[in-house]
This record gives sequence, structure tokens and C-alpha cells, in this order.
Amino acid sequence: MNWLRRLIPSIGTFKSKSKVPDGLWVSCKKCESVLYVPELEKSLYVCPKCGYHMRIGARKRLDIFLDNSSYEEIAPNLTTKDPLRFKDSKYYTSRVKEAVAATGEKEALIVVKGMLKGVSIVVAAFEFRFLGGSMGSVVGEKFVQGINTAIKEKVPFICFATSGGARMQESMISLMQMAKTSAAIQKLKKEKLPYISVLIDPIYGGVSASIAMLGDINIAEPNALSGFTGRRVIEQTVRIELPDNFQKSEYLLSNGAIDMIIHRKNLRSKISSILNKIYKS
Amino acid sequence: MSDEKFLSFEDPIKELAQKLSALRTASVDSPALNTEIQSLEKENKALTKKIYSKLDTWQIVQVARHPNRPHTSDYIKRIFDDFDELHGDRQFGDDASIIGGIGLLENMPVMVIGHEKGRDTDEKLKRNFGMTNPEGYRKAKRLMLLAEQFSLPVITFVDTAGAYPGIEGEERCQSEAIARNLATMSELKTPILVVVSGEGGSGGALAISVGDHLSMLEYAIYSVASPEACASIIWREADKAPEAAKAMKVSSKDLKKINIIDEIITEPLGGAHRDYDLMAENIKSSLIKNLSILNKLSLDDLLDRRYKRILEIGS
Repeated sequence: MNWLRRLIPSIGTFKSKSKVPDGLWVSCKKCESVLYVPELEKSLYVCPKCGYHMRIGARKRLDIFLDNSSYEEIAPNLTTKDPLRFKDSKYYTSRVKEAVAATGEKEALIVVKGMLKGVSIVVAAFEFRFLGGSMGSVVGEKFVQGINTAIKEKVPFICFATSGGARMQESMISLMQMAKTSAAIQKLKKEKLPYISVLIDPIYGGVSASIAMLGDINIAEPNALSGFTGRRVIEQTVRIELPDNFQKSEYLLSNGAIDMIIHRKNLRSKISSILNKIYKS
Repeated sequence: MSDEKFLSFEDPIKELAQKLSALRTASVDSPALNTEIQSLEKENKALTKKIYSKLDTWQIVQVARHPNRPHTSDYIKRIFDDFDELHGDRQFGDDASIIGGIGLLENMPVMVIGHEKGRDTDEKLKRNFGMTNPEGYRKAKRLMLLAEQFSLPVITFVDTAGAYPGIEGEERCQSEAIARNLATMSELKTPILVVVSGEGGSGGALAISVGDHLSMLEYAIYSVASPEACASIIWREADKAPEAAKAMKVSSKDLKKINIIDEIITEPLGGAHRDYDLMAENIKSSLIKNLSILNKLSLDDLLDRRYKRILEIGS
């Protein structure tokens, strides 16, 4: 490449040639188009060129989904007690502190009361940037408190799940949150209140095998990766190359795991229209 | 016991055991020989006791995975009379990594469900090394609902490295199969007793272990992921598995301390693999005792109690 760089001196600096202020431009991970952030914001962080659904935080998710971007948080101040006093190369408590600093959130799940097209609902949204959206004691507890609120107020429950799975640092206590959240979902079903689960890229392991797959109706965003075991581990186990669409929304739909794939911009109207048919407030 | 397998920390016992076996097969029969055998046996016992009284977490992991450790089928033979195995999920197939069926526990009909790893190579392959696919969990669910229908208590044996991480399992929605079992067990209208007998590996273990009484054999392990998986995820080095096992608190003693389990069932000296009969006897008496306690509860109380227990964890 050196001879080329000598011929065309600008080639080496191509990537950083943009002198616009930081954060105004991003490139699409899939089609690599350079996108203007204010424009992207309007398209709900879906690439206008190729339709790729970029990852967004839990707050952004709630802002987009709920009427007037307004909501009231449930159990916002719960924080982990580090029940195992877990330490690897770092203390678990310091990893949590770092996650809090990086995301501005106290835990990997936000649970709120809000309105969807005039209908009261309870919504839970995972924050993937908080320790990979992993489920420990606080995530499980907040989820259950959200379900309890939905039961008390007789309103539907909606969850946007994106997570790497159960949180290692709380080991068995994390694993048991799978049982805890699943048991609570059953109570909601008994009250004949709808539970709509929305699968967001990526959703795996213990959260997939509890919260995410137990929706009365399971919806996924396009191209979301979802499964129990991740692709890499499966490839190492079975030693064959997996197809490109493996564990993508379209694969899940054809295998019968989800009811529908809905574009981010249509989630509000689609979920609202489903609720109108199965739920009377 | 010529095929007795020893773990690396058992070297001192191994030497004694070899001597003992040589003496026992010796053709001479003399009082001196018998005395020697007796004294070696005593020494062996004392040494085993000493080693097993202070196993570290990683050594416990190795005992839980011991190649000769009794499996669910060994316990079924010894604990339940007149066992009728039932097969299939009625949707896709029969997953041999989970055994289920109806048997008698002291004349009381019960539904028994457990992971089975298999003993020899052929059986291991047939049983998929105790790693279950969705149809296995769905078979378990079907049998649990059958138990509910006929008011049979459910007894499960947990011994799996984890759910099988394969393509077909994903196609048939492994996550849904596990999740559905958790939901079903949380409100199953019959008592459920869970015995973690070997490896309690992750969601694949949890899928048959939500219940009213959770016991672990003394050297069984139970964790959110295998120590190897945890090490590679958190430490990013698979050889940190011993550290991961310790940090995750996988042993029965640790899990009793934080109230995840209700009871530790004592193992024979030197581990369950040294005395299948005694191990089965200990499990049987625990099951009988705890089932009689649960049987006294009304169905409503049983289900309320179960729900509260599940919800208490991590609240």
C-alpha cells in the first residue's frame, strides 16, 4: 500500500477526513453508509439506506415507544447487594459502578408505567450497555414489581428484551431469576392480562429462556439475533459453519418461535392494534 | 473395584487401594495377611476421610463429574419399585438425555424425571452425555402435567452440564422449551422435590428444578454457567475455571449458606461413587421425609409457599 499512499497522499487519512463535530456522523454497521445523526434520530436509528436496526438504549426505546415520551419509573433505585461478594480480576461492585458511569442507569432493566396511544401499560426495557443487559437479582426483582403493578392496575405488560443472559457475578441467584420472572408472568396470564414480548438484538441465554420467550405474543425487530446458545459456542460444538441467517428474526419466524417481525417505526401502532383486539381497559 | 478411577488429589488413597486389591487377590490365606488387610483398610478410611473433609471447590467439581458417579438410572433402580419408563414429547421425538416415568416410593406412586448422562460410550452417545434438546424438556413438561393430572408428586434428579448447544435445538426453540418448563413448574398442582445429584449446569438444569424442596448431594454442584464458561466469559481465560467455580459458589455448602437450597444430602465416605447403595438410601430417606411434610399442606398452601419461595430469591 505504501506506493499507493505516496501517489495519493490523502488515502491514509480517508477515515478521519470528516472535520464535523464528533457525534454528528455515524456509519451504518451493515451497509457502511455515512449517516447524519439528526436524520438518523428521525428514522429511530434505523439506517435509511439499508433498513438496518441499530442498537438503542433503554431510555431512547421508552421515549420512542410511549405517548409524549413520558413515563413514571417503578423501583428506580434498586441496586445490587453483591450477594456472592464476587471478584474476578475486578470486584463485581466496581464493574457495576463502571456500568452506572457509562450508561447513567442504575441497573440493566428500566420498568415504567406509561401510555400507548391512550392506553395505560407497564413497560420493561433492557439496557444492553449495562453489563450486557444481564439479569441478576435487581433485574429480576424490578421485572416482578412491574408485573405486580400491571396486575394491580389491570393493564398490559410489554417487555423489550435485549440481553446476554443471566449475570455470572450473581451465579445461582441470577439463574433463579429465570424461575422468578417466569412464575410472575404466569400470574399475569391468570389475570388474563396480555404480555407482549419484543425481541431486540441481541437476546440470548437465561433472559431468552425465560422473559423473552414467554410472551402471549412474541415480536422481533428485523435482523435481531436471538437464541439460547450463541453462534460461536454452537460452531465450536458442532464444528460446521452455520448459515448466515442463523438465529436471525426471519429464522425465528420460520421456525415458529415468534409471531411477527415488526419494523421499529411500526412497533407503536402494531402493538397498540393488537392490544385493542385482545384487551379491554 | 479394579476399574476404580482416582482423581488427582486422591493419589495417596490410590496407592493404598492398589495394595489392598493386590492383597485381596493374593492366593495365600494367613492370619497375618488378614491383619494386614484390616490395617490397610483402616488407614484407607482415615486417609479418605482426611482428604474429603477439606476438599476445595474445584476438587468438588471433579467429584461431581466423576466418571463413576451414580446417575439417575442408578438411583431409580435403587430407590423406586416397579418403575415404568415413559417416552416422548408427543410433538417431535424422545430425548434419551432425560429419563422419566412412574415408580413407587415406599408404595407411594410418584413421577420421576431426571437427566441421564450414560455410562459406556454407546450409552453416552445415545443419551447425548446428558445434554438435553427441546424435546427432552418438553417430554419432562408432559410428564409433569401427567403427574398433576393423577396427583402424583414429582421427583427430579438434576445432572447435566447444560442444555445441548446445537443447531437443531435452536431450530426447535431451546429457549422456549426451558422457559415453558419454568412457568409450568411454578404453578404445577402437585408437590415437586428436586435433587441436584451431580452437575447442575445452567438453564438446562433449572428447566427441571423449580419446586418445593431443593436438595443437593454433598459433592454436587449448581451454577449459572459451567466454571469453564464463566471463566471464558468473565476472565476471558478458560483455564481460570477453578477460580470461577470458587467465585460462583457452586458447592452445596455455599448454596445452603445463601439459602438457594434447603438441604444437603450426605454422601458416603469418599463420594457417592464409592457406595451407590448407601447414597441411594440417603436420598430415599430424604425424599420420604420431605414428601410427607409437603403432603400435609393443602394445594393452595403448597402453591402459595412455592411462589413465595421463588419470589424471595434476590428480592
